[in-house]
Amino acid sequence: MIVKRRQLSFWERLYLPAIIGGFKVTLRHFFRKKLTMQYPEEKWTVPPGYRGAPYLVKNPEGRTKCVSCQLCEFVCPPKAIRITPPGPPGAPEVGNVEKAPNEFEIDMLRCIFCGYCQEVCPEEAIFLMKDYSLTGESRKEMVYNKEKLLALGGVHHDTIRKWEKKAVEAVEQGVRP
Amino acid sequence: MSQFVAYSLLKIVAVVLPLLGMVAYAVLLERKVSASIQDRVGPNRAAPPFVAAIPLIGPMLIRWGIFQPIADGLKFLLKEDYTPDHVRKTYFWLAPAIAMIPSLLTIAVIPFGSNLGTQKMVIADLNVGILYTFGIVSLGVYGIVLAGYAANSKYPFLGGIRSSAQMISYEIAMGMSVIPVFMIIGSLRLSDVITYQAQNGWLALPFVSPNQTASTYLLWPFTLLSFAIFVVAAFAETNRLPFDLPESETELVGGYHTEYSSLKFGLFFMGEYAAMIAVSAMMVVLFLGGWTMPFGGFDEPATTLWMGIAHIAIFLAKLIFLMVLFIWVRWMLPRFRYDQLMDLGWRRFIPLALANIVATAVVLWFRTA
Repeated sequence: MIVKRRQLSFWERLYLPAIIGGFKVTLRHFFRKKLTMQYPEEKWTVPPGYRGAPYLVKNPEGRTKCVSCQLCEFVCPPKAIRITPPGPPGAPEVGNVEKAPNEFEIDMLRCIFCGYCQEVCPEEAIFLMKDYSLTGESRKEMVYNKEKLLALGGVHHDTIRKWEKKAVEAVEQGVRP
Repeated sequence: MSQFVAYSLLKIVAVVLPLLGMVAYAVLLERKVSASIQDRVGPNRAAPPFVAAIPLIGPMLIRWGIFQPIADGLKFLLKEDYTPDHVRKTYFWLAPAIAMIPSLLTIAVIPFGSNLGTQKMVIADLNVGILYTFGIVSLGVYGIVLAGYAANSKYPFLGGIRSSAQMISYEIAMGMSVIPVFMIIGSLRLSDVITYQAQNGWLALPFVSPNQTASTYLLWPFTLLSFAIFVVAAFAETNRLPFDLPESETELVGGYHTEYSSLKFGLFFMGEYAAMIAVSAMMVVLFLGGWTMPFGGFDEPATTLWMGIAHIAIFLAKLIFLMVLFIWVRWMLPRFRYDQLMDLGWRRFIPLALANIVATAVVLWFRTA
């Protein structure tokens, strides 16, 4: 499509209306309320559904939810996650959970905050939380280990409670006493 | 004789050092005004440790960014001074100095106040002041052209070419635009220009004068046109938007100073602002009455020390007003296309300035006849 250019009048071609208009616009903005957020002192509210840093969570009983299936390690596009699987034996009070990670590391310098790990996790053990400003003084410091991830992740109050239901089912079916 | 030399040296120091300070704070002014126009707050963080401890005043100064120029200057000093391998070394080193010096030299003939004691507040009250200014200003282009040539790479080269064409074209319009002023006044000495304006009203705004005569109004259209052409040409001469084609970041990376770093870049940067100050000072002297004010006896040369200081303050106030205008316009108008720039210079302003000279001459001739 060709847009017909309007013939400018002599007054417009003098360039003065544009200059006067420019003065008006800039002057209006000059006295307008400033929008700058003084960042470290003021912080923005993180919207729900924001994909920040991925952390591990515990269930309300304080058990590490991760069962070291390594799906997240497999799906992670930048290979930021490393899991060492043979974990400590499951706690006796939740005897039906067999596995836990021995070590779980996320290299936050590699992580691209894509959320695939959260999506793929069958145990709902890893979540992208609201932290967006991760800092450290060395590369080593930016590799978060299991303790750190669990401490940062906190407790997740989920409603599914998969392993408790499975335990009840097992009792019903007579597999467990 | 030795007294003259001593006073001149004193005046040079007393002018050039504050000028460099003004350059630094012009950068701050630019950043603050630009920020305000863009709904931002601008630099408000630079805080030397001892200042933050001062109650009330300290945080206020920090919020105004008063210490930012010091930080910026230190940054320029301490950055790595990198000389690329492919540059022409001699010219590469020479160009920043040549870009900086003319703007400092121009200040020499500007009367920035009336008197302090027995001394006239001008470094050199030349009887060919304006010719000297234009002679020096036209040297400014060499720094940029040389930088473009010395860098030996395409963007600085293009920037240098554009700059030489632009500055040479607009210098003609600028020079012609002030000819009517000197035809009216009949002297090339800048202090005479101010004396005339004190008696007959400012050339750009004659109605602010207390003793108005019909002849000033008769000549007002011509001086106003001169002023308009001079302002536009000044924007082009100082490479300010909307005529910043030699730099034009969006097209030429950084233009002529692409290859420069550290203090060498700093010199270009300071030179640009010094040129802005110099050309603003020229405008104040030629069209806005210099250090005079049409009330309270401020249009007579000072007899007391306080009056002398007040005159300098008036001059600086007018200068700062023009500097703000320079910065303001930057956020108002988009950059001209190169052919539009040339068209405006050669086909609009030069004929207009020539016609202005002829028209003024005719009016002056009729007035005397």
